[in-house]
Amino acid sequence: MNLSKALHSFLAGTLCLWSIAANAELSIQITQGVDNPIPIAVVPFSWQGTGVLSEDVSQIVMNDLEQVGEFLALSRSNMLSLPSDESQVYYRDWRILAQDYLLVGKIDRTPGSQLVQVQYEFFDINREMKLAGEVLTGSVTQLRDIAHEISNVVFEQVTGTRGAFTTEIMYVVAEYVNPELTYFRLEKSDYDGQRAQVLLESVEPIMSPSWSPTGRDVAYVSFETDLPRIYIQNIATGDRRQITNYPNLNSSPEWSPDGTKLAMVLSKDGSPDIYVQDLTTNQLIQVTDHPLIDTEPSWTADSRSIVFMSERTGQPQIYQIELGASSFDVERLTYDCFQCLNAQFLPDGVNLVHVRRETRQDPNYQIAVLNIETLRIITLTSTSLDESPSVAPNGSMVMYGTKFNGRGVLDAVSIDGTVKFRLPSTQGDVREPAWSPFLN
Amino acid sequence: MTKQSIQTIKMGLMAFSLFALVACSSSGDTDESGAMGSEGSSSSSSSGSTARTNPGSTSGQLSQQEIRAQNALRQTVFYFDFDIAEFKASDRETLSYHARDLAANSSKRIRLEGHADERGTREYNLALGERRANSVLNYLIVNGASRSQIEVVSYGEERPAQQGQSENAYGRNRRVEVVAR
Repeated sequence: MNLSKALHSFLAGTLCLWSIAANAELSIQITQGVDNPIPIAVVPFSWQGTGVLSEDVSQIVMNDLEQVGEFLALSRSNMLSLPSDESQVYYRDWRILAQDYLLVGKIDRTPGSQLVQVQYEFFDINREMKLAGEVLTGSVTQLRDIAHEISNVVFEQVTGTRGAFTTEIMYVVAEYVNPELTYFRLEKSDYDGQRAQVLLESVEPIMSPSWSPTGRDVAYVSFETDLPRIYIQNIATGDRRQITNYPNLNSSPEWSPDGTKLAMVLSKDGSPDIYVQDLTTNQLIQVTDHPLIDTEPSWTADSRSIVFMSERTGQPQIYQIELGASSFDVERLTYDCFQCLNAQFLPDGVNLVHVRRETRQDPNYQIAVLNIETLRIITLTSTSLDESPSVAPNGSMVMYGTKFNGRGVLDAVSIDGTVKFRLPSTQGDVREPAWSPFLN
Repeated sequence: MTKQSIQTIKMGLMAFSLFALVACSSSGDTDESGAMGSEGSSSSSSSGSTARTNPGSTSGQLSQQEIRAQNALRQTVFYFDFDIAEFKASDRETLSYHARDLAANSSKRIRLEGHADERGTREYNLALGERRANSVLNYLIVNGASRSQIEVVSYGEERPAQQGQSENAYGRNRRVEVVAR
């Protein structure tokens, strides 16, 4: 358990530049799940201390597992027994209920301190064996973090994929007041929309948040000077600096995976081109040079190439260029769409998530995945204004912005398109999700 | 576009200008003409009072050309077609008046704010808004304005003029606004 994380979160919340009370509360709705979810029993964790705990740890774990769609949690009222450790577990009780997995646990006050310790144990019912178990210690306010840690373990034990339940998201909220006044906020929350905090508020647009690979900083575009300029802000302290002031458009900051560079779009020479700024030396390198629009850079995992959108053949298509190559030496990645935009590779380096408009006649924009080896395309979404896809660090899900009932919402879809969930906002239009890297 | 073809268009537009003025002042269904109507009524009442206090004077009267120019300068929002970055041919004459006004008033400064509708990605729309503003910028410069008088900024789809997902809202959001500085 990374105890400093909650402290970071706390500081980020209190030191944001414009502190405001209200922010958009996001809460998950599952809109589509898999056909044969894995049955799992998550027994309510027993609490040995006095008073009522502020968080229901086992309920948070159940929510985590159900939200990603692959699990179906057994209702508590159907449980035949409520074990809290291995000595109380009878596999037969759970086999009768057709459960594949069982999670039990107990929470104790740590003697002589304000901390609590959470002991959990995770069992495979069919093989009648314990798969995992440990004791996690933290303050009462960290129970939610501890619950997400446990979800990570369960998810990895069952699927073999690292869980992303302790990750966070950043997004932009626009709250329209009247034609002259809209509040723009950069916010951060848990991956499931809980514990939202405001990092920046402005009456001018905020765009394009991009996490640094350490998760400590964010780069974004703010129009606070009346012009779009790129800023970097420390998430914990709120310290920030403006890093570009070139003529015309400064946009689309994207941190390189090795953390040393920032890709960006500048139109200082007339039309938008891709540039890379070295964050140590501040040296600026021009990567593309074309009189038509080049924008939306993203990095390959080795930090050596950039994927971007260009209009050079008439309509937006996706290209790739190696840093240091001639600006003409680009490889085209997409062909059979009227417009393909805003692309990034999954961690596998083969599948390319992008925004897709199939035909000129049908102006619907959807999230799709192109396998650049097999050229197979899977369209993941079925709404019409989908944009800003951001991939979970374990590559399992894509979060994106779309419109629902006329309002901006964040949706997420599994990478095979089978599972969807939505984080509706109670306030304003939510857009431009940026999924954090692994934070611990 | 070549300089010669622009000259040809300008001459053609001059020939049409009187007709355009009539057409412009008689169309009452757009928001721009609505704004013109309200401003027009206030100026007619003030010219009425001028006529009463100073009968017989011609110094307060505007030539046809000046009226035409004033009407053109009141149009500060120019709308664009879907997926198109070039301003509409029907706006050329009005923009020519803006260019001449800037050329004649070298201390005047304007800002061209480009916008897009929400379809398509935000970064693309930011670039598209800039291209729309640049299409107006280039025309103003070719027609006499100085580059230093004009600042260009794109808001992409971030500042819609009208909320909603209707074609009407989209049409009003694809625009370049001329803002005095």
